[in-house]
Amino acid sequence: MSDSEEKIVEVKHLVKHYGKFHAVEDVSFDVFRGDVFGFLGPNGAGKSTTIRTLLSLIKPTKGEIRLFGKDLIKNRNYILQRIGCIVEKPDFYKYLSAEKNIEIFARLSGVTVTKSKVHEIIEFVGLKGREKDKLGGFSHGMKQRLGIAQTLIHDPELIILDEPTTGLDPQGIIDIRNLILQLKNERNKTVLLSSHILSEIELIANRMVIISKGKTIVQGSVSELLNAQELVVSFSVDNIEKAKQLLGSLPEKNILDKIEDQNLLLHISQERIPVINKLFCDNDINVFSIEAKRKLEDYFLKLINA
Amino acid sequence: MFWKSTYNEFLKIAAKPRSYIGVGAITLIVGIILFAMKVDGHNFISFVTQPFEQSLSFEGKILNGNLIAFIILQMLIIHVPLLIALVTGDLVSGEGAMGTIRLLLTKPISRTSILFSKYLAGCAYTLIILLWLVFLALVVGKIIFGTGDLMVLNSEGLVILQEKDLAWRFLSGFSMAFLSLVMIATLSLTLSCFSENSIGPIVSTMAIIILFTIIGTLDVPVLQKIQPFLFTTHMVTWRNFFEDPLPVDKIISSAIILFVHIIGLLAIAVYKFNRKDILA
Repeated sequence: MSDSEEKIVEVKHLVKHYGKFHAVEDVSFDVFRGDVFGFLGPNGAGKSTTIRTLLSLIKPTKGEIRLFGKDLIKNRNYILQRIGCIVEKPDFYKYLSAEKNIEIFARLSGVTVTKSKVHEIIEFVGLKGREKDKLGGFSHGMKQRLGIAQTLIHDPELIILDEPTTGLDPQGIIDIRNLILQLKNERNKTVLLSSHILSEIELIANRMVIISKGKTIVQGSVSELLNAQELVVSFSVDNIEKAKQLLGSLPEKNILDKIEDQNLLLHISQERIPVINKLFCDNDINVFSIEAKRKLEDYFLKLINA
Repeated sequence: MFWKSTYNEFLKIAAKPRSYIGVGAITLIVGIILFAMKVDGHNFISFVTQPFEQSLSFEGKILNGNLIAFIILQMLIIHVPLLIALVTGDLVSGEGAMGTIRLLLTKPISRTSILFSKYLAGCAYTLIILLWLVFLALVVGKIIFGTGDLMVLNSEGLVILQEKDLAWRFLSGFSMAFLSLVMIATLSLTLSCFSENSIGPIVSTMAIIILFTIIGTLDVPVLQKIQPFLFTTHMVTWRNFFEDPLPVDKIISSAIILFVHIIGLLAIAVYKFNRKDILA
């Protein structure tokens, strides 16, 4: 949870059916002010449907959605005025310039936006000099940046980004990640970030929810959820046999998973890493590297396959 | 917010290349007609007046700007709906096809306001197209062919309308033509709310016009009962303003039927657009 306890988004038992197809079955989560909140799930889990429902693009079959403490259906315009979003991919009017596109959406944002503000925001996302260019010639990465400019133009409190790095090259992914961190750190925004790229969430989110088959599986702090998991830690040492004997003296049993080259792969918790490292060093075993293999991917796959 | 949205819609229509297809097509077609009438107009007039020459003697300048304007309007008013639907049929579905509808509908403005903004902009475009047609037909026609009395051939026979009696008839006729074109704009906008691509509503609009026109011309008793209620039957009501005496009841009835169609279609569009899940 973030510095503030104020709930910005509350989703309770959200359900969305299209005839016999159940896109969302039971999704619940809370986003607090200041969070970078990761919304995780495999393809088809119901992420986009949930996000579209949050933005009133889709009407829920059942469930309650409250943003900024107010019911979404009854206070749609009040709520949307405080949100900036990109849903799936940022599509713009190809026959208009970047500047005109931003102006068009800014005009509907509920606040007065000056031309200098438009230029400032275009500069912030790194598109200075391309303001007058028509969108037809923009790359996907540039459109994504412009999409972020569009989300920020009216200075919203909550930014919702649905799969913002899809289709970007590695540099584009890094740029978007840095932009999101800038939004949180420099502009104090709350960010709800949907993605199936788990490393992205691990790197930038402080809280997350994982959904699968339209249902919430788990939600909470990213670090707490991950630290609660057992790691696979690789110790690269110069004396494998001696190291194995020393491991036998530890109170935990069966922690050795396997040996790969000169690496011992151990099932241990994060707190035990320095203990085992000290044990090896005190017994004249040289430790060349320690690598924690636990990743959000493992945790994620474990949960959705459960 | 509504007016800001309407301004946006005007900007979008003005920036879209397809919006100029109508203007270009009308300019080209009217240009060709004006050229043809300038070169061979007298033969054309002789062909029309020949059956009456045994009983009537024609004096004065029959081939004048007023007659040219009337001929052009009669020829084009059936085809202008396609040019209108090309733009208005794309107003909602085009946003879906481009993906911009996702951003548009996450703004703090009601869907009904967005739809009416689009409708108003579509009606303004319709008016611009009609005014351009009027300008080319009437103003340019008069510059090239001069002015004079208008000779109109209708089902009742030949009607000669004096020049001083024409201004209000043209104004009223254009207003009626505008109403029928707004009806087309409303139809294509409504169909646009049901589609995720631009072509569907445009083709559907034309298909409906063609179907209703065919039904309207079939001399089958069962179809004759519904003919008075088809909007296509009333799309040529503008011509009634060039009859003498003026068929007031017929004109009012046509206007009411077109209005009822417009309101009915708008209600369907608002209902559909507000309930639409945006999956594009």
